[in-house]
Amino acid sequence: MTMSFTRGSVRNALPLVPFFIFLLIFLIIPTVSVVNGSISQDGSYSLDKLAALSDGAAMGALLKSVLLSAVTAVIGAVLGAVLAWLIVSSPPTSVFRRVVTSICSVLAQFGGVALAFAFIATIGYSGVLTAWSKSVGGPDLYGTGWLYSVTGLILVYTYFQIPLMVIVFLPALEGLRVQWREAAVSLGATSRQYWTQVAGPLLAPAFLGATLLLFANAFAAYATAAALVSQGNPILPLMIRTALTSEVVLGQAGFAYALAFEMIIVVAIIMVGYGLLVRRTSRWLQ
Amino acid sequence: MSATSTGPTGWKRALGLVPFAAFFFLPLYAMADFSTRTIQGLGRTLNGWRNLIADPQIYAAILTSLGLAALTVTLMLMLLVPTMIWVRLRAPWATRIIEFLCLLPLTIPALVIVVGMRDVYLWVVWIFGESALTLSFVYTILVLPYAYRAIDGALSSIDVKTLSEAARSLGAGWGTTIARIVVPNIWSGILSAAFISIAVVLGEYTIASLAGYQNLQVVIVTIGKADGMTAVAASLATLLFGFVLLLTLSVLTRGRSQTLTPEPLDGSHS
Repeated sequence: MTMSFTRGSVRNALPLVPFFIFLLIFLIIPTVSVVNGSISQDGSYSLDKLAALSDGAAMGALLKSVLLSAVTAVIGAVLGAVLAWLIVSSPPTSVFRRVVTSICSVLAQFGGVALAFAFIATIGYSGVLTAWSKSVGGPDLYGTGWLYSVTGLILVYTYFQIPLMVIVFLPALEGLRVQWREAAVSLGATSRQYWTQVAGPLLAPAFLGATLLLFANAFAAYATAAALVSQGNPILPLMIRTALTSEVVLGQAGFAYALAFEMIIVVAIIMVGYGLLVRRTSRWLQ
Repeated sequence: MSATSTGPTGWKRALGLVPFAAFFFLPLYAMADFSTRTIQGLGRTLNGWRNLIADPQIYAAILTSLGLAALTVTLMLMLLVPTMIWVRLRAPWATRIIEFLCLLPLTIPALVIVVGMRDVYLWVVWIFGESALTLSFVYTILVLPYAYRAIDGALSSIDVKTLSEAARSLGAGWGTTIARIVVPNIWSGILSAAFISIAVVLGEYTIASLAGYQNLQVVIVTIGKADGMTAVAASLATLLFGFVLLLTLSVLTRGRSQTLTPEPLDGSHS
């Protein structure tokens, strides 16, 4: 009995082997070598590289990354929720909804480099809005080049965080049943009471979960920042770039691994929180 | 009335949408304006747009990115479709682990993968030679979460088991059952997976630039340092192409396709 069961399982597992091998080679091994590379030095284990994370520049980059991610996650979540609320009354199959969700998908997921150039074209040195403001005697929008600093990144990141929030939050908003509102209203609730006492508490876990997702999204984002900021390392992803491209510098060897490891830890913590909140939401969102 | 009771309608809604429309369309309009400006500031020119084909560096990069998209889609479908169908039919015990692995790239940023993939790619380059197209292996990992959700959605909407039992009892082998019975029934999911993968690959910058390969986005950034007009034109072209791709998909798959709106932890920024 046991034999035939085992043989059957093996035969059933065989077609899955290519998939597992592919993921082992191109996902698991790279991730493990980041972890391994950050705690090993010339074959023996050491915490030197991780200790280097507490040095001034690395800490500064981490703090700025956290700040950038937190600010754009909150702004993106609030404005994105409002935008989702504004478009939810159109049926999902309407042309309006299709166009809006397609735009949101493109901006949120596939923008990257293009979004950096979008803002360079708008408020860069010779940007369209900059030139217009100058021509009507308005303020100098370019200023001292704030677009290329963390302040600029907050603006540009917001441009992809709001659409991401719309995509993530729309299903939760649609999950609110009409009957719940009718029940509340028939019991004498005002619209305000419905939102603060029924819809609000129901949507809260979804909203918080989405905010965490936005945080992780901004924290791990690289392309937009890299295209916009060509020198200096204001944030963690750009510090990884420098460490990776200048490994010849003495003492920098392997530092990229430690920074990447730090990124894994932060994103993993955030995503665990996200997972817990999603599970809570999925209880009523069916 | 049912769908309208959650959100506002009519002029209130229109009024609320105005600031959002302004915020989102202004940069897009600026790109169109910027990319067609003449240096003297008089009139319009399409030189920036013409360069997308005329400039050999950009044109080569576009071809590279299209090649990468084609290879990635092929690899992704070859890897995912048989595996996911097989799990449903014969190996349900593997459902959770396959799902976990497919969604894992959402938690491991592309930036982390590129830092750690050096050793693996020494082997890849040794076997396949030095070519930007080798990136399609790691790109397959990047598109996995999106593709998984799309195909999983399509598989859930049909009764794979009954269909395949019917085919098998009529004498079809496993290969025939999968290729001629199941696949035609999950066509919309496969199409979604392919389209979204194309959009991800065409927008990818992180891995290509840090691994030292010249795909479209890498070349756009390089050119942007000297010729802003062409870089902006190329950027706008990428966004428009992505938009057309996703809108087409949304119309083709009709109905309430969940595949258009996977909860993403974005692939291209990270």
